[in-house]
Amino acid sequence: MHLHFSDPYQERESPLHALDPRVKVLGALAYIAGCSLMPAGAWGGYLALLILLLSLVGAARLGWAFTLKRSFVALPFVLAALALPFTVAGETVIQLPVLGWQVSDAGVLRLTTVVLRSWLAVQGAILLTAITRFHEILWALGALGLPGTIVGTLGFMYRYLFVLGDEGLRLLRARSARSARLAGTKPPGVVWQAQVAGGMVGSLFLRSLERSERIYQAMLARGYDGTARRMDTIKAGTWQWVLLAAYAAALAALLALAHWV
Amino acid sequence: MHHTIEVRNLHFSYSDGHVALRGVSLHIAPGEKVALVGPNGAGKSTLLLHLNGILQGHGQVLVCGQPVEPSTLPRIRASVGLVFQDPDDQLFSPTVFEDVSFGPLYMGLPKAEIEERVRRALRAVGMEDKAGRVSHHLSSGEKKRVAIASVLAMDPEILVLDEPTAGLDPRSRRALIGLLRELPQTMLVSTHDLRMVEELFPRTVVIDEGLVVGDGPTRQLLSDHNFLEIHGLEAP
Repeated sequence: MHLHFSDPYQERESPLHALDPRVKVLGALAYIAGCSLMPAGAWGGYLALLILLLSLVGAARLGWAFTLKRSFVALPFVLAALALPFTVAGETVIQLPVLGWQVSDAGVLRLTTVVLRSWLAVQGAILLTAITRFHEILWALGALGLPGTIVGTLGFMYRYLFVLGDEGLRLLRARSARSARLAGTKPPGVVWQAQVAGGMVGSLFLRSLERSERIYQAMLARGYDGTARRMDTIKAGTWQWVLLAAYAAALAALLALAHWV
Repeated sequence: MHHTIEVRNLHFSYSDGHVALRGVSLHIAPGEKVALVGPNGAGKSTLLLHLNGILQGHGQVLVCGQPVEPSTLPRIRASVGLVFQDPDDQLFSPTVFEDVSFGPLYMGLPKAEIEERVRRALRAVGMEDKAGRVSHHLSSGEKKRVAIASVLAMDPEILVLDEPTAGLDPRSRRALIGLLRELPQTMLVSTHDLRMVEELFPRTVVIDEGLVVGDGPTRQLLSDHNFLEIHGLEAP
């Protein structure tokens, strides 16, 4: 029984896929930084960022709407900003009927900006995971100086997410298999169901704890000494770093222009 | 190095008070292939975990002539390859390559040598084309092979396997038996698979309730049905 997460990585033959993972990670980070630093209301700047993103998506041979389709995962985060039009001081644009809340122009501007920024930044991250395998992203983070313990933790998380997911599925199946009910009897109450669910979470936790113990033993058996070690398997050509620098400079210029206008 | 295993009067209790080993003694000569059988909870896995110092009880454990103690652990762990029962415990890295290179990396080998060892180990288990794969996507039989490769890459003189055929379908089991037959290392294998024991291991050690209750030629032990029944085993 297997839990199937859709792998975000998309196998394609493209110049973007072929880049050094470090270049891709830095490029994505620069893009996300660019999104967050773009001044509020600089619509032209946001449009430019969107065009940049879409052309990269095109260059990666993913189909131009690829990141757009997946970007809706960011939608829930917009909820956090939903109160802005009512709370930010500014000139009142409309007053809500019945509730009487006032919507300010500055608040609407802030909300639109937050939505645009997160929407674009998430797409940048989606593009990164679509053109870079997860273990390459991990390697790049380590090679770029993220402490080995954190890289290792992320790696374990990704590796055992699936294993834990499978274990959770087996527990669910075991529960379903025993959730029989005789004709004419009432279904069990919510409290009882909650107790069962709580027990399942607890059991999953204990299993994970025991598994982590065994994993640690397996690491010790192969000579693990508490230090995080990494093998450098990839070497980027100088031209890739030049390309990255040019790209970062273009982003910086765009930001400067947006701030200046 | 004479790659022997020598266990003398080994006692071990878990921290919850459960007594797992009550004076186990065992000698395995270089090149010998020995099966370790016994019912669940007999102490098989506990004994195996002592052989490279993951657990340390009272008594003496000598591997390759050296006592297992903190100062000798790095060398002993390089010479004893321990393959765990659940490959999901052993394959903890994002990819097959990283898992197989883990041991050599911690042995401090240079990069070229690590890559060569990974290639050799994967070839030995017939998985040379799977280096870039994600462990989660492998079948149980493939995972088992990679788990074995992950210790072969450390070039151990002694292989210790915990229930290698558990959970394998007949074809994977057959392939694994073929693989174990080909490997030249000294071998101690805990298992419930007495048909495999009969086929592969000239010598069998029977352990029950933390004690060695039988040690001798496999054929002789497995033909004593009365003895097998007393210790919760079934003749193949």
